[in-house]
Amino acid sequence: MSTTAAPPPKKVNRLGLEVLNYKGSKTTLCAGCGHNSISERIVECFYELGVQPWSVAKFSGIGCSSKSPAYFLGLSHGFNGVHGRMPAIATGALLANKNLLGVGVTGDGDTASIGIGQFMHLVRRNMPMIYVIENNGVYGLTKGQFSATADVGSTLKTGTVNDLPPFDCCALALRWGATFVARSFSGDKKQLQAILKTAIAHKGLSVIDVISPCVTFNDHQGSTKSYSYMKDHEAMLHELDFVPFFEELAVDLPEGEVTDVQMHDGSHLRIRKLSREYDPTDRSAALTLLAEADARGEVLTGVLYVNTGKPTFLELLNVADDVLATLPEAKTKPSKAVLDQVMEELR
Amino acid sequence: MSTLEVSPAEPLPGQSGHAVINDFSIQVATVNGSGSQTANTVLMRSLFQMGIPVSGKNMFPSNIAGLPTWFTIRASKHGYIGRRKEVDFLVAMNPETAREDVMNLDSGAAVVYDEPLKLNELRSDLHFYPVPFDKLVVPVCPEAKLRKLVRNMIYDGVVAQLLSIEMEEIRKALVKQFGKKKAKAADLNWGACQAGFDFAAKTFTKSDPYRVERMNETAGKIIIDGNAACALGCMFAGVTVVTWYPITPSSSLVESLIGYMRRFRHDPETGKATYAIVQAEDELASIGMALGAGWAGARSMTATAGPGISLMSEFVGLGYYAEIPSVIFDVERVGPSTGLPTRTQQGDLLTTAILSHGDTKHPMFFPCSPEECFSMAIEAFDFAERFQTPTFVMTDLDLGMNNWMADPFSYPEKPIARGKVLTAEDLDRLGGFARYKDVDGDGVGYRTLPGTNHPKASYFTRGSGHNAKAQYTEREDDYINNMDRLAHKFEVMRQYVPEPELRLAENASIGFVAIGTSDYAVRESCDQLKNEYDIEASYLRLKAYPFTPHLADFIRRHDRVYVVDQNRDGQLLGLMRLEFDVELIARLRSLRYYGGLPLDARTVTDEVIKQEGK
Repeated sequence: MSTTAAPPPKKVNRLGLEVLNYKGSKTTLCAGCGHNSISERIVECFYELGVQPWSVAKFSGIGCSSKSPAYFLGLSHGFNGVHGRMPAIATGALLANKNLLGVGVTGDGDTASIGIGQFMHLVRRNMPMIYVIENNGVYGLTKGQFSATADVGSTLKTGTVNDLPPFDCCALALRWGATFVARSFSGDKKQLQAILKTAIAHKGLSVIDVISPCVTFNDHQGSTKSYSYMKDHEAMLHELDFVPFFEELAVDLPEGEVTDVQMHDGSHLRIRKLSREYDPTDRSAALTLLAEADARGEVLTGVLYVNTGKPTFLELLNVADDVLATLPEAKTKPSKAVLDQVMEELR
Repeated sequence: MSTLEVSPAEPLPGQSGHAVINDFSIQVATVNGSGSQTANTVLMRSLFQMGIPVSGKNMFPSNIAGLPTWFTIRASKHGYIGRRKEVDFLVAMNPETAREDVMNLDSGAAVVYDEPLKLNELRSDLHFYPVPFDKLVVPVCPEAKLRKLVRNMIYDGVVAQLLSIEMEEIRKALVKQFGKKKAKAADLNWGACQAGFDFAAKTFTKSDPYRVERMNETAGKIIIDGNAACALGCMFAGVTVVTWYPITPSSSLVESLIGYMRRFRHDPETGKATYAIVQAEDELASIGMALGAGWAGARSMTATAGPGISLMSEFVGLGYYAEIPSVIFDVERVGPSTGLPTRTQQGDLLTTAILSHGDTKHPMFFPCSPEECFSMAIEAFDFAERFQTPTFVMTDLDLGMNNWMADPFSYPEKPIARGKVLTAEDLDRLGGFARYKDVDGDGVGYRTLPGTNHPKASYFTRGSGHNAKAQYTEREDDYINNMDRLAHKFEVMRQYVPEPELRLAENASIGFVAIGTSDYAVRESCDQLKNEYDIEASYLRLKAYPFTPHLADFIRRHDRVYVVDQNRDGQLLGLMRLEFDVELIARLRSLRYYGGLPLDARTVTDEVIKQEGK
């Protein structure tokens, strides 16, 4: 909402907000960091879909990735928590206010090491929020140690070889029962946008593992999370197109070419087949595909799995329609008659 | 008719004709998992129903079945309901411990025991009442697999007969215990109870001095454990988000709460819950969720014990710096890992007061009774939101898990106070806000809740690196300003925490300072000192940390002040050392007990006498 002397006609979204209203403060991450691209995609997606910024709450843990919520959606509340425990903070906040659109940003250290337990339980609960893993295989803020997603045989800048197998956060999330699982690459603007927009529309937890190269500590020869490695090894599962609920849907779909997934809010994810047949609602197929791609040395990207039917944790808890945080005293403090009744029972 | 197999040559103490009425303790020694809890509760409740001040303490192992457990009931016409060290009347049902239980008794005590144990052979200075439990249970309980449980009720009948407990009260207590739905079970147990009573009436000639007489000291009172009392407090405080991880002895706090909330906190129209209760994956998650919820505006809480407090440390520090309200109940117990998780202690005071890394300080409330569990739980929620900080309610296993006699709780008429929260309308009026600015001089800033429908509502929450506008900073002056404001806020809290309870004795040169369940032993000890040693002692019971100015005044008034701690290292005294000058500290004496049992008055009195050099 800045003012300029001679304003050109401003471009606004369906809420009348400019893209500027979706930006955050200036990034302090390294120039060229994949995380900055992800922040830009988040800005674009929330702007384009016309999500009200102050209905969003941002959450993160600790690490380079977790600094990034300060760099997008400056008009949203944000909470930079402790290392690996963003899921708990987000869960609590969303219990308090179920109308919040939760966006969690985390890293591979934050999620796959110190926070893997909380990640697991977040998935188990199907907590309705977006969970973006900015995955670069390395601890950046502590200057370049391997993380648990680093591939076996990949090397540090110092030449140290990683001899432990990686955790595949997508495969793990699928096994634990995640309802939306996708992998993308920070350099793939179109795909990442479609995935993020679908995640905004998804009713449950959206796990998005984004390979996001660390230009300072993990962009060298020998790294499997570098820009050049991704250029050579990314295998796109399909082409994605997201049609929001407020836009008209093209009716004619080429038979057999495009799969349509209707999201909870009436939006559509259109999946255009590339080289192979793929049903994004088949969980075991997704796991098989990941294993096969891994064996071929490919980094498979796209929407791996969508399940729009599973209840969220908030639904399971049968929580009141009104926001718990601001329920009036009349709803939260039982009457004197109730206390008298309980006292009588204890006599 | 006496079946006393050993007839002492000398009259036993108590046989001289004087009766001990309503002033003794009964100990029932059983095996964990044998179903004795019902029998013990019924016994305690029937004394209560007869109007006699009573307390019950369960000393149980960390085990589901098989290890020894002791339940002690104290009847006290004087109203002393702390633990009494001496056992006057033993019911020895556990073959494993029976010998030691009997050998530990003072001369003149009475023993009801399972006949085959032949305990009467052990000593000749006790009153023995052998009962053939296995024989008596057969006719009253045809179903063999239930006999193990029903057997216990026989001793209720025997004890009732020997102590003159009215059988009608036993029956009432039984019906209450089983409820209307389990009338058949109540009947079965009642039969066993009567069999015990009839056997005792037919067989024994009473030789011990102990018996009860109806009083009128419990009219209108309730029986409740501290955990359930805390739970009720939470419900009436309007708690909306509850997160927890099971741990003894705090689990029953949340389990009680779940029970109450299911009954009383569902919207009558929609049937939906006006709360969320989540069993988290661990204490790291339960505190994280509680803080997330508190940040987003819920009245949030968690309950735990020492090991959970340790795990919550990092998050609580963040809560302190980010200034997030939440209430944490710590039901204190002994030690980490496989320790003594079912024994009581006040061992988390120091760690909790400064929990986390860096300069952190946290308010703690110290209830001593179910009434205070209820009222302080409510106060703690208001306090946490008033000061926007994690607030601890420190109880212990003795208070939390044992049944206590209490006055019925007063309804909290005062409206719920949610603290300094700006709404969209406030933001319109103010044109913005600075999250951590001390506008009112009390160190507490104004906050907004995420989801507030206003473009100027947002702020970014992080640890200690922020300025008054919640912007990221690593500047020296910003950091110091923020730390000083937090320290000021802590000072302001002194005016808002519950004030201590003062009992000044005329001309007393010594005084006691204690917290929580130490209260019962200290009050009784004050009477013992006066009656037995002619020593007057004043007493200040602290109800909260940070301390109020009353404490320094109290110390100044007395030559020596005994600080009572249920831990090895004098943690309460340690907290005083942190803030008092040498002149005051020099007056403090440490009085510590750390054996894992509830503190008793005799231990306190003996220690004072020793330290006073009398």
